[in-house]
Amino acid sequence: MSAPLSLGPARPVPLSAVNPVAQLTAIVVVTVVLLVSGDLVTSAVLLTAELALLPAAGLTRPGDVLRRTWPLLLSALGVAWVNVAFGSLDGAEAWLSGATWALRVVALALPGILLVASTDPVRLADALTLHWRLSTRFAYGALAALRLVPLLAAEWETIRLARRARGVDGGRNPAAHVRLLASTAFGLLVGAIRRGSRLATAMDARGFDSGVARTNARGSRLRPLDGWAVAAAVAVCAVAVTASVLTGAWSPALS
Amino acid sequence: MTDPVPGTGPFQHDRVGPAAVRLDGFGFRHASRRAWAVRDVDLRVEAGQRVLLTGASGAGKSTLLRALGGLLEPESGDVAGELTVDGAVPDRRRRPVGVVFQDPDSQLVMTRAGDDVAFGLENTGTPPALIWPAVDTALDAVGFDLGRDQATAALSGGQKQRLVLAGALAPRPGLLLLDEPTAQLDPDGAALVRAAVTRAVADRSATLVVVDHDVEAWLPLVDRVVELLPGGGTVEHPPGWRPAPLRMPARGVHTPGAELLAGEAVGFTHRGSARPALAATDVVLPAGRTLAVTGPNGTGKSTLALLLAGLRAPTTGRVVAAPALTAGLRRPELPPHRWPAVELANRIGTVFQQPEHQFLTGRVRDELSLGPLRSGAGAAQARATAEELLERLGLAALADANPFTLSGGQQRRLSVATALATAPRVLVLDEPTFGQDRETWAELVALLADQQDGDRALCLVTHDAAVVTALADDVLHLRSPVPA
Repeated sequence: MSAPLSLGPARPVPLSAVNPVAQLTAIVVVTVVLLVSGDLVTSAVLLTAELALLPAAGLTRPGDVLRRTWPLLLSALGVAWVNVAFGSLDGAEAWLSGATWALRVVALALPGILLVASTDPVRLADALTLHWRLSTRFAYGALAALRLVPLLAAEWETIRLARRARGVDGGRNPAAHVRLLASTAFGLLVGAIRRGSRLATAMDARGFDSGVARTNARGSRLRPLDGWAVAAAVAVCAVAVTASVLTGAWSPALS
Repeated sequence: MTDPVPGTGPFQHDRVGPAAVRLDGFGFRHASRRAWAVRDVDLRVEAGQRVLLTGASGAGKSTLLRALGGLLEPESGDVAGELTVDGAVPDRRRRPVGVVFQDPDSQLVMTRAGDDVAFGLENTGTPPALIWPAVDTALDAVGFDLGRDQATAALSGGQKQRLVLAGALAPRPGLLLLDEPTAQLDPDGAALVRAAVTRAVADRSATLVVVDHDVEAWLPLVDRVVELLPGGGTVEHPPGWRPAPLRMPARGVHTPGAELLAGEAVGFTHRGSARPALAATDVVLPAGRTLAVTGPNGTGKSTLALLLAGLRAPTTGRVVAAPALTAGLRRPELPPHRWPAVELANRIGTVFQQPEHQFLTGRVRDELSLGPLRSGAGAAQARATAEELLERLGLAALADANPFTLSGGQQRRLSVATALATAPRVLVLDEPTFGQDRETWAELVALLADQQDGDRALCLVTHDAAVVTALADDVLHLRSPVPA
């Protein structure tokens, strides 16, 4: 087993003080603005603001940032490349379009990364069930399932080793490797279903989803800070759009 | 414990105090099964009594416990007779029942200890202001002193199970049901959990029913021992009753032969981890001898097994195979973890803790001929090997069964048989007797004793002192690298 998968921050970071539903509201605002706008300036301003929040989410070391964002950066590069290589534009315009797309993809996804890095999944489930009336069955069921993910990683390794002990490996044959991967995945799936049903029985035994109205021990408070956080997101969006209009870059996608 | 949580709103117990259990000719048959899982059970348990429910694997102990907990949906099978708790059919909405199962990892829901204990209280609609005092009471009742904020993922198995017990006790159930709660723990963890149960039920505020085949460990705590019979019905054992001693195989004299496999200062550290999983260790496996590797959890016993079995590469030191073992290899200079899988299986057999991980086919017979076939034996010879093993291991009647449908003991025997099918000279077994009832234990130990001959080296990783007594010629006791 390699390093255990982390569920939320090890200890609260400054951004954890903002209620998860306020963070989600801010994300919705930013996402809508990014989807409507299609220009470099809006994306750049919003991305700058998001990058400024990285330290508040506890992401100060470049290594930490890279570990959380590399799949995103890779896909942004892919989007940019597709635009440059296959877009209808040529020369500098193609490069500009590629860069715009890349910035937009990063600016769209980074708020989600900030949320995950700063939010304990338990607080998220509490906030979603208490403020947005998300089904407790779904929220806490998902939470329990999330706990099983690191166990699955360990189990994958065990199944792989057990197969080798039985004299089964892919050797130099790529087709055999694929078959082995499929059968290991199947073994893992069988194990996951068994463990999942055991977990469901245990939760059942503890009265989960038995028809009694559930209470919440931790609660989830909305404070003035949460209002300010959403207001700040709206303000930054306003600045970004204003800058875009003033520089003449504004070209909304929905017009 | 302190005062019961006062009933408010939906969190209103019909009664506070221990529950009385009554079964009259009770039976249950799972849908789609022909045989009854449990039948003809007549049993009275007085309020506050502590009962140990024992019986061989497959006698229906767990099914009965689930029925008591109200966890068997009526539509999931046929019910016979009657089962009542406090005069009514078990209903978790009326009165919580505390249940603890085997595997702590599939019972914890939350990431922090306190949140997890609170989970059951939230489900029963306890007002938030009353939850935390009840959580603290429950944590105290089981002696869990690591605090509410302790991350559950970082706990040992015993500590996790203690926390599960606290979670079961927090809603103040009238009936506490334990389903082999120590079966997946090492001896220290098991002792910890039994101590927690003892402490928690000391005031007899809950009726206790424990299901376990490890009878002796629970005798000091329980008032009664009831044995569930495989064909249906029960036997109540008189006070002072003790189970028959374990059947031990005859001990042979094993003179050490040629050295087959050795670990020279082998150690292992997980990537990104500061502490080694196994500190540098010297170990030798000579032909004809059986080495038992013992020691507390966290000292790297299973890791050592994986290194010797050629399944993992050591991060320090090396594993050396003697020429007697490397004969016939295309590149005998390579360490075992670089050998092709087929060559490895012909030389070093491994039996994992969970037999299911090793099953690759849909039939017991195919499972046994798979190894020989892969190492190039003809179909006829592979079949002959399979038949011989089926006979020898008493699995002949199950030749066409699916390995995944076998009982725990049968699976264990099959997994040993699959390792033997390729006739390896070294056999590495990780906790071969873990969670086995007395009958299966004796069968398995006898089977392993049969494998001790002059040609073969055995390495057993185990917590089980009786296995060490029965089989080991040498013992390697691993100690914690950091003094506790």
